[in-house]
Amino acid sequence: MLARQFDALLSAAGSDGGIDFDGLRVAREGTGDDRDATADAGGYAFATPEHEATGLSESELHAHADGSAYVTNWYFWEREVQRHDSPRRAFLRHAEAAEDHGVHDRYDALADGMVTEWGQLRIEATLSDDGDGYRRYDVRHVDDADRPLADLESYHDPLEARELSKHDDDGMYRPLKTGTNMPTGWAFSDLDWRDAVETVETLYPATVANWYREQRGTLDVDHWTDTTDRQTGIYGVVSELPREAVEWVAEAACDDSQCVKRREWQYSEDDELAADGGVGAFPCREPCSLVIAAGRKWTKLEEEESREYTFHLTPSEKEQLEGIVDAVADGRVDEIREADVYKDANRYRTRYLRAKLFDDHGALGGVPTDHEE
Amino acid sequence: MSQALVIVAHGSHLNPGSSAPTYDHADTIRAAGAFDEVRTGFWKEEPSLREVLRTCEADEVYVVPMFISEGYFTEQVIPRELRLDDWDVTDWDSDGLSADVATYTAEDTGQTVHYCGPVGTHESMTDVLVRRAESVTNDPDVGEGFGFAVVGHGTERNENSAKAIEYHADRVRDMDRFDEVQALYMDEEPEVDDVTDHFTVEDVVVVPLFISDGFHTQEDIPEDMGLTDDYRTGYDVPAAVDGHRIWYAGAVGTESLMADVVLERAADAGADVTAAIESVRETTRVAPGADD
Repeated sequence: MLARQFDALLSAAGSDGGIDFDGLRVAREGTGDDRDATADAGGYAFATPEHEATGLSESELHAHADGSAYVTNWYFWEREVQRHDSPRRAFLRHAEAAEDHGVHDRYDALADGMVTEWGQLRIEATLSDDGDGYRRYDVRHVDDADRPLADLESYHDPLEARELSKHDDDGMYRPLKTGTNMPTGWAFSDLDWRDAVETVETLYPATVANWYREQRGTLDVDHWTDTTDRQTGIYGVVSELPREAVEWVAEAACDDSQCVKRREWQYSEDDELAADGGVGAFPCREPCSLVIAAGRKWTKLEEEESREYTFHLTPSEKEQLEGIVDAVADGRVDEIREADVYKDANRYRTRYLRAKLFDDHGALGGVPTDHEE
Repeated sequence: MSQALVIVAHGSHLNPGSSAPTYDHADTIRAAGAFDEVRTGFWKEEPSLREVLRTCEADEVYVVPMFISEGYFTEQVIPRELRLDDWDVTDWDSDGLSADVATYTAEDTGQTVHYCGPVGTHESMTDVLVRRAESVTNDPDVGEGFGFAVVGHGTERNENSAKAIEYHADRVRDMDRFDEVQALYMDEEPEVDDVTDHFTVEDVVVVPLFISDGFHTQEDIPEDMGLTDDYRTGYDVPAAVDGHRIWYAGAVGTESLMADVVLERAADAGADVTAAIESVRETTRVAPGADD
């Protein structure tokens, strides 16, 4: 226990009501009973779930407080973090399951490292080696959980998370920060509590704030009709997408394989979408700008009427076309090896199919696409 | 009461460089230490405009749009997405160029929000345009023997867009620093395609009044001006075009002094940023003879 921590404890114990936090209770005795008590009258009371002592002098209080996990825990939360009723505090408390476990259990767990997953992030909370109760945090990709820190690119400044997460492992731009293509191979280590939250909020913006609102039952969900009716300009048309098509949007874009958020928005407040919203740790409170932008294209596509074309395909050719769509939709094309001609979306197989079935104008089966209305 | 600065910008789903100037200027301002928090929010990236206020712990927020002109985004989209429910465009009391600030309580968070005018119409933006000329020529005294072209989009959808271009061209002209000054457009006459027709002087600095480098500033304008037939092959700076030397500067928004304009907007709205402004102006200065 640091000197300033004991000073703070004394000061708090003498304030109205004393301390009552995470099982720690410290108070000036007699404060409520005798308002005329002199400074030396009564002494102090110190209590935790494990033991209780009363009538303590200041030096005796110091002896009880010294080395107490309850005291350093109190100091960390009530004098360092503070910020009651805020997303940041709630998130940090969540990172050590503070509402479920007592201080000693938590300190034991923190000594080994407590791990919370947040989308594709793995956040490990530990205790400072200084015995002062300060927490330290490590943030990395869940897939790098078992890699030694020396194998990972090391970062300390939360702002570096912006550039780090801008591209995926293949170097492609990630317009959706909560996409499932978070790059790997990095770690933010030995962060203090402030930088830990900042790093998480930089990698997954506003997720802590929205999760907090959900925890408190105050999450403001904007459903599909709320959001699309709000759009103006070139996105105004998205509100015309048929309800049936919105099911396909949710299934296509908001699956756990595409985004780590858990979709909480429906078609409207009274009309629930059948598509699974996923099991993400934090909520998606409205259709995102990527879905709205793609929705503009989908709206225009849905304005077209179906028509009949005649093709002749072998069973394998039909299955190959289906396999190609599957491979693209699931992002597996790049994994198919050049000579693996057993995969439908293999480049040689696909070029062969094109050479056989498509005419010089790129029309399947030589059948022109009929654009006439 | 703690104070935050929130810079809001367009962002892009396709161009990773779109948000780079916004981040850079936020970093410059953050380093100057004038605000408890400096945050960025985007129409197309994250945090979204709709959620950026709830990433701020501060009670009082200065919102500065990283946009060139008053128009659709600054007058409709941004206030709507920030949930400034009491917003009315008349609160800026603007003629299309003179918006300064309007103050509201954000419906979402209860914060006091000072909604400022865009960076592009602030008078100090003229200094950034000139600074850009200094940067591209590597000459803090550039002017004599040079022409200066401010290039804008000139979209028909927003009449205020051309106003901002003309406003700054007039102010550069009034400095009497450059031999000739001209406002040029991508989609209106006088067109940037004919840049050499509009100047008699040999050396011409061309500065697009755009926030970030993207298709327009990196592909369309260089090709339209004849700096290159194909932007992918690159172009020289300066480049010879029809007997002139064209010093193409790229988007003005990438100039580091732009951070000063953001701070000026916040200052006009009542923020105490005098020391930060002086700090930013000094740290972003072009040193004589400095190499890039």
